Amino acid sequence: MYKIIDKKNLASGIVMMKVKAPFVAHKAMPGQFIMLRVCEGGERIPLTIADYDREEGSISIIFQEVGYTTKDLGKLEINDSIRDFAGPLGMPSKLDGFKKVLCVGGGVGIAPLYPQIKYLNEQGADVDVIIGARSADYIILQEEVHNYASHSYIATDDGTLGHKGFVTDVVRELIDKGNKYDLVIAVGPLVMMKAVSQMTKEQGIPTTVSLNPIMIDGTGMCGGCRVTVGGKVYYACVDGPDFDGHQVDFDEAIRRQQIYKKEEQIQHNCRLY
Amino acid sequence: MSLALTRIPVKEQDPQIRKHNFKEVSLGYSLEEAIQEAQRCIQCKNPRCVAGCPVNVYIPRFIAYIAEGQIDEAAQVIKETNNLPAICGRVCPQEEQCEARCILGIKGEPVAVGRLERFAADYTMSKQIQTPTTVAKFNATKIAIVGSGPAGLAAAADLAKLGYEVHIFEAFHEPGGVLVYGIPEFRLPNELVKKEIEELKGLGVEIYTNTIIGKTITIDELIENGYKAVFIGSGAGLPKFMNIPGENLNGVFSANEYLTRINLMKAYDFPNSHTPIKKGQRVAVVGGGNVAMDAARSALRLGAEEVHIVYRRSEEEMPARLEEVHHAKEEGIIFDVLSSPIEVLGEDGWVKGLKCIRMELGESDSSGRRRPIALPNSDFILDVDIVIMAIGTSPNPLITTTTKGLKTHSWGGIIVDDETGATSKDGVYAGGDAVTGAATVIQAMGSGKKAAKAIHEQLLYGEKIRHDSK
Repeated sequence: MYKIIDKKNLASGIVMMKVKAPFVAHKAMPGQFIMLRVCEGGERIPLTIADYDREEGSISIIFQEVGYTTKDLGKLEINDSIRDFAGPLGMPSKLDGFKKVLCVGGGVGIAPLYPQIKYLNEQGADVDVIIGARSADYIILQEEVHNYASHSYIATDDGTLGHKGFVTDVVRELIDKGNKYDLVIAVGPLVMMKAVSQMTKEQGIPTTVSLNPIMIDGTGMCGGCRVTVGGKVYYACVDGPDFDGHQVDFDEAIRRQQIYKKEEQIQHNCRLY
Repeated sequence: MSLALTRIPVKEQDPQIRKHNFKEVSLGYSLEEAIQEAQRCIQCKNPRCVAGCPVNVYIPRFIAYIAEGQIDEAAQVIKETNNLPAICGRVCPQEEQCEARCILGIKGEPVAVGRLERFAADYTMSKQIQTPTTVAKFNATKIAIVGSGPAGLAAAADLAKLGYEVHIFEAFHEPGGVLVYGIPEFRLPNELVKKEIEELKGLGVEIYTNTIIGKTITIDELIENGYKAVFIGSGAGLPKFMNIPGENLNGVFSANEYLTRINLMKAYDFPNSHTPIKKGQRVAVVGGGNVAMDAARSALRLGAEEVHIVYRRSEEEMPARLEEVHHAKEEGIIFDVLSSPIEVLGEDGWVKGLKCIRMELGESDSSGRRRPIALPNSDFILDVDIVIMAIGTSPNPLITTTTKGLKTHSWGGIIVDDETGATSKDGVYAGGDAVTGAATVIQAMGSGKKAAKAIHEQLLYGEKIRHDSK
């Protein structure tokens, strides 16, 4: 059992939990993920690590209550325990040796980006950050990011905060202004990562995206998380979750994300909240 | 004395009923049936069956006890060398091992050793008799076991009985490895695996779940933290696919994924269990091993109307146990042998069919089996909506890439000394599928026992025995 030592509602339906998991915290690096199971009979889901504190032995996760399991998870409170919590899994992000990096986080995608921004800043990189969301109510980690970013920007679909429109508009603007990035990292919904990657491909800026496909074990055993990158098939859990955004077959990834759409519906109908 | 040439038949669930449930197929012997079957054993002076068993269970002795109705004593004899009899009685390929060597098999049917082993184990388990096992006092030497599948459990049991402080590290949330994620309930109920693991804990073995060796902790860190020896029994790894077009369509799964969803995550009970699964109407399973049979029969139990096994050689070459093939056929699985998939066909991103080509058998290859050769212009389409690939796995790189000085074969398997299971790294041993690639539960257990013995000798006599034996 893994005790929840802190919990905050960051925005409407977006929750931060700090979980006591000393072994995971000891090893965790930016970009890696954990697998958790809320309760007996529960589903195993992957969540990217949003922060880690080696001294405290804790891992922070940030999630949006969208599916059955994340809603279940959201019901737990401080001092409750999560049944299973395993990691750190996947390869750490490759963040060394960059001078100027643009980080683009869409929705809760900013959560896994946060430790990367911190790390890049500690390595002396100049980091610009764009946070995107549907509206101001869904913007999270604005202040935390601000502490480590050279410049931070906000884009909301409805214009309730920052730029009205998509993160890609801001990416375009920053590039047009003459900013020379040697890396762009985009984390968020697949459609957003696809759009950012298309734009940076035209500009020839290396771009990393973090994929979060359906998986069961997270250790390479099930093969459910296979993604096509540059025409080759990879397992996101062991080869990723970071991949070259210019090479990822996003359409396939988007399609594979929908495999259990129908079953999710059944689940919701069976157990009304 | 006249020999009984036929064995006592075992009751099974009716195929028409069992294909709709996940309950065990074989119902096992009753006490009377077991005694009758046991009395068929002629108690050979030089029992060949024992040599046929990878863990050398003293078969005639336990059968003699059953013949006399002393079932608890029989179970105890088995447990001297095999701590998981209820499991082995069910999933060992006895027909290739102990039973293959039974003298009665020459003129008639061999003694049903597997059924008798299962009977003895179940009988004592149902009476909740704790067969007493002598455990030496803790000798304060810690040993780490990586993986709680058959190899790890066997090694752990033997080392615990010798008095070592044994810690098992398991990546999943539940111990048992392939016994719980792979082999379906209708062949091996998870409840039973749990019970046998509980008994193991009774020997003092501690199991740490959710711990991925190579990620959460490395082998080198285990050694730094005072473990005097490490046994790697991490099992099979990454599922193989065929590299044919359409394999990433929605509805194509590895057998590993399909079976894990069903067995470990209980997806057949969705939405009570929270893990979903795709229930196909028409399913094709590619492969001819036990895993393929398990996947096909599971798909049937999930409600598929039609399930095909697609195998590129003929039935004769199928690596699956005869009994499993027989059961699958009884349940109505369709066998498309001498057929090989060449493309998964799709519509709107979902599987629509499986395009295959007919094969014929040519010359024998290195494995001694006749090589399948495609017949030109013989392609045909199977109308299916789910495709399950059960064509094997390649070793998981999580441990081998994070452990200094651990040598592997080019295909990824860990290189070990056949006699001891010792790897190229001091104090580190390995066994089971991580070493051999996909094999059987009992072979994995055998390798775990071998390594346990070698670890004990190494820790007792140190370098000395090594040099003497060289």
